[in-house]
Amino acid sequence: MTTPATDAWPAQRRGRRAAMLRAIGPLGIVSAVVIVVAIIAAVAGGWFAPDNPDLPNLSLSFVGSTAGHLLGYDFEGRDVLSRLLAGAQSSMLGPIAVVCMSMAGGTLLALVAAWRRGITDTVISSCLDILFAFPGILLAVLAAAVFGAGLWAAAIALSVAYTPYVARVLRGAALKERSLPYVAALEVQGASGTAICRSHIVPNVLPLIVAQATTMIGYAMVDLAAISFLGLGVQPPTPNWGVMIFENEVGIPQGYPLPALAAGTCIVLVVVAFNVLGERLFTYAQAVRR
Amino acid sequence: MPDSEPIPVLEVRALRKEYSGLVAVDDVSVDLLAGQSLAIVGESGSGKTTIARMIVGLEAPTRGTITVCGHDRSRPARSARLRRRRGQEVQIVFQDPYTSLDPRQSAEAAVDEVLRLHHRWPGDRRSARVAELIDLVGLDARQARAVPSALSGGQRQRVAIARALAAEPRILILDESVSALDVSIQAQVLNLLADIRDATGVSYVLISHDLAVVRQLTDQAVVMRRGRVVERGPTARVLDDPQHDYTKLLRACVPRPGWQPRRRAAIESA
Amino acid sequence: MSAAAPTAGLDEAHGPPLLKVTGLTVKLPVDGTRRAVLRDVSLELRPGEALGLVGESGSGKSMTARAIDRLLPPGAQVDGMITFDGQNVGALSGAQLRAYRLQVAMVFQDPRAHVNPVRRIGDFMTEALRTNRDLPADEARHRAITVLGQVGIEDGDRRLRQYPHELSGGMLQRVMIAAALLTGPRLLLADEPTTALDVITQSEMVAILDDLRRDYGLAMLFITHDLELAAAICDRTAVMYAGQIVEVRSSARLHDDPLHPYTAALAAARPDIAMTVGRLRAIPGRPLSAFEAPTGECAFAPRCAHVQDACRSTPPPLIGLAGGLSRCIRAHELRGRLEAAGA
Repeated sequence: MTTPATDAWPAQRRGRRAAMLRAIGPLGIVSAVVIVVAIIAAVAGGWFAPDNPDLPNLSLSFVGSTAGHLLGYDFEGRDVLSRLLAGAQSSMLGPIAVVCMSMAGGTLLALVAAWRRGITDTVISSCLDILFAFPGILLAVLAAAVFGAGLWAAAIALSVAYTPYVARVLRGAALKERSLPYVAALEVQGASGTAICRSHIVPNVLPLIVAQATTMIGYAMVDLAAISFLGLGVQPPTPNWGVMIFENEVGIPQGYPLPALAAGTCIVLVVVAFNVLGERLFTYAQAVRR
Repeated sequence: MPDSEPIPVLEVRALRKEYSGLVAVDDVSVDLLAGQSLAIVGESGSGKTTIARMIVGLEAPTRGTITVCGHDRSRPARSARLRRRRGQEVQIVFQDPYTSLDPRQSAEAAVDEVLRLHHRWPGDRRSARVAELIDLVGLDARQARAVPSALSGGQRQRVAIARALAAEPRILILDESVSALDVSIQAQVLNLLADIRDATGVSYVLISHDLAVVRQLTDQAVVMRRGRVVERGPTARVLDDPQHDYTKLLRACVPRPGWQPRRRAAIESA
Repeated sequence: MSAAAPTAGLDEAHGPPLLKVTGLTVKLPVDGTRRAVLRDVSLELRPGEALGLVGESGSGKSMTARAIDRLLPPGAQVDGMITFDGQNVGALSGAQLRAYRLQVAMVFQDPRAHVNPVRRIGDFMTEALRTNRDLPADEARHRAITVLGQVGIEDGDRRLRQYPHELSGGMLQRVMIAAALLTGPRLLLADEPTTALDVITQSEMVAILDDLRRDYGLAMLFITHDLELAAAICDRTAVMYAGQIVEVRSSARLHDDPLHPYTAALAAARPDIAMTVGRLRAIPGRPLSAFEAPTGECAFAPRCAHVQDACRSTPPPLIGLAGGLSRCIRAHELRGRLEAAGA
C-alpha cells in the first residue's frame, strides 16, 4: 500500500574518529601526548619524583646538572626535576578549574541568550560586554586584595574574566543552530526550550565547546603562572611552575638559569600543546558543521 | 475518508502580519474542511510561508484570528504544555531536507522523541509505534537506524514526515516540502503523501509555487500575491479557468511542450 | 566507445561545431579515493544553437559545464577531449585561457554566491572589459548600461552604482546574464540559471536569453532538472543519467517520441498541471551518481521498467536512430511504446 523507498544504500560515511584524527594531524597527536604526560604528572607526579621536592638543602643551592639530577638544584637546593613533577598538580589544577567554571557559566549564559533572543539576549550581551573590559589579571589582583592571595581566589577571578569569551563564541554557534528548521519542528511538537538546548543544541555545538575549552586551558595556565609569579596565586613553598620562575629568577643573572628556565619551558610546552590541539579541534569543529 | 458533515478544521480570519512597516500578509481569510487539502500558491514575497508559520505558531499575527479544530490559536503558545497540545492538531514539514533533522539523531530516535513528548507509553509500545510510522513512510529498518547524513534527500523528507505524523495531527502543513527533491523522488513522495492521507484522514495545507504539484495533491487552492489573496476556489477550476489576471499570468508561465516564453512589457519589481 | 558520431541528433546543419566534447571522463578525489562523476560524455554544439542538458542529482550535468569552462576542483582527473573552435580547451593556459574565458561565459544558479558583496555592480561588470579589452572606464560603463537595458533593466546607470545586496534575486540574475554577455562571448553555459527564481521571473529570464541568443548569435548550453523547460527553449535536448548521456533528441520530438526509458519515465513522473491522476508513475529507487551506478551493465537497469537480461551484461553504447541518440540497447524495439508503458 505504501510507496516503498527502495533506494540503493548510499556510500558509507567515513567514521568520525578517522576524520578527527586526520584533522588533528601528527602535530596534534604530539600535543595530545604532551598533555597526557602533564596530566599524569599532575595526578601522580609526587610519586614519580626521584627526590624529596620539599626538603631544602642550602649547600646544594643552584648546583648545576649532575648525573642523577639532570636538571640540577634550585635556589634552596631541591632537585628541580622532582620539584617540577610535584608542581605539576597545582600548575594544572588551577587552569582546569578556571576553564571548568568559565565554560559552565559561559555556556549557560550563551544558551539562555540564544534561546530566548530578544530582550534577554540584549541584556546578557550587554553584561558580557561590560565584563570584557576587565582583564583577568586585574580581577585576580582585586580578588587577592579582597580575599587574600591564594590559588582559589585567583582561579575564581580568572573564571569570571574568561566567561564572556566563552559566551560570545558559544552564543554565535547556538544562535545558528537554534535557527535551523529542525529546532522549529521540535518547538512545534511542544518540546521545552531546556530539553531542546540540552538534547540538541549542546551536542551539536559540543565540538566547538571542547575546542574552546582546550585552547583556554593554555591561556589560563599562562595567566595563573603570571599571577603566581606576582605572588598573588599559589604561595611558596607549595611547588608550582609559576612560583618556581619567581623563586629562581635571581639565578639567571648569576649564571644559574636552569631552574627558572626549566619551569618556564614546562609552562610553554604545555600551553603550546593545548593551543595546538585546541586549534586543530576548532578547525575540525568548523568542518564538521554540515 | 471524508466526513459525512464537513467540519472546518482550520479557520483563518482577517490575518495580518507586519514587520516594521512592511506588510507581509494583508487581510487573509482561509477555510479548510475536514478531509480537504488546501494549496496556498504564490511566488516569493507572496506571504504564503508567513501564513504557514503563523498557523503553526512560529510567528505571531499582528491582527486576525486562527482557529484550529475549534480552538483559538491566534497568539503563539507561551508554555511548552500548550505548544504540545497544539502540536497534536497541526504539524509542519519544511522544505530543506538537509536542515530539517538533527544531524546527530537517527530516524527512529527522532520519531521516538516526539512520541515521548506526547504520550507516557512503556518502551515496547513506543517502539512498536515507531516501527509503524517508519513503515508508513516507506523506510526500512536499516534506514530507520541511520543518521541523516547516510540518507538521501527523499529519505530525509520521509523521516520528517514520520516525525510530524507521530503527533497524529489533524492538519499537516507542507511548506514546499517536495520542492527541493529530484523529479523522480518528488513523484515517490507525492504518492506517499496521498497514501498517508487515505490511511489517516489527515488534511494537507500545501504551500507551493509549483502548480503541477498543487494540482496533483490538493482539491482547494488559494492564490496569493504580495500578501493578499487574489483568487480562491477548487484547484482544478483555478488552474483550468483562472479568473484573476495574476493567476492567468502564473498559469501562462509554466513550461510545457510548445510553450514560447514572452517578455513582459513592464518589469515589476522582480 | 560511442557507436554513433555525435553529429547524429541534428536535424539540420548550422556549420562546423563550435564546441565539441568527445569521450569526457572526469574523476574527482573524494575522501582519498578517485570517484568517477562523468563517464564518456560526448556532445556537440553548433554556433547559435541551444542545447539543453537535463538530469537529476548525480547526473553530471553541472560537472560537464564546469569541465568545459575549466572550473573543475583541484585534483580532478580529466580524460577525453574538449575542443572549442578547433582548439583543445584542456591545453590552454595563461593568456590563451583568459582569451577563452572571454568567449565562453557562465551563469550560475545562485548569483549571490558568485559575486563580491563589497563591490558595486558597475565595478564588477566592467572589470573584464577594462582589464582584458583595455577599454576606458566610461566606455565600459556605457556598454554595461546598454546590455543592462537588453536584459530589461532600464535604470542601468543607477543600478551600476548599487551593491549586490540591494538587488533582488531576479534582478541580480539579470545582471549576471548581462555581465556574461558584455565580453561578447560565443558560448553561454547556463547552469540552472532559473531554478532559484519564481516561475514568472523564470519565464521572463528565458525569454531574455532567447532574444539575446538570436541578437548575438550565441550558442547556449542550458542545464536544468526541468525537462519541459529545456525542451521548450532549446533546439536539442540531451538527457544525462549517472554521469552519462543517455539520450539526445531534437526538443520538438522529445516529449512525444522519447528514445530512452529514463527520459520517458522522467516525463511521466512529473505531475500534470492539467489533470490529477490517482498515483504518479514514480520511478523506483533513486538517481545515482556515476560512481554509485553499476559498471559493466546499463546504469539505469536497476530502475528500468523495460530491463532484460541483455541490459545487465554489458554497458550499452550510444546508438543513433530517428535523428537522435539513445543509450539503450532496446531503443529500436521500444520506440513508440515508451509513453504507454508505465512503471
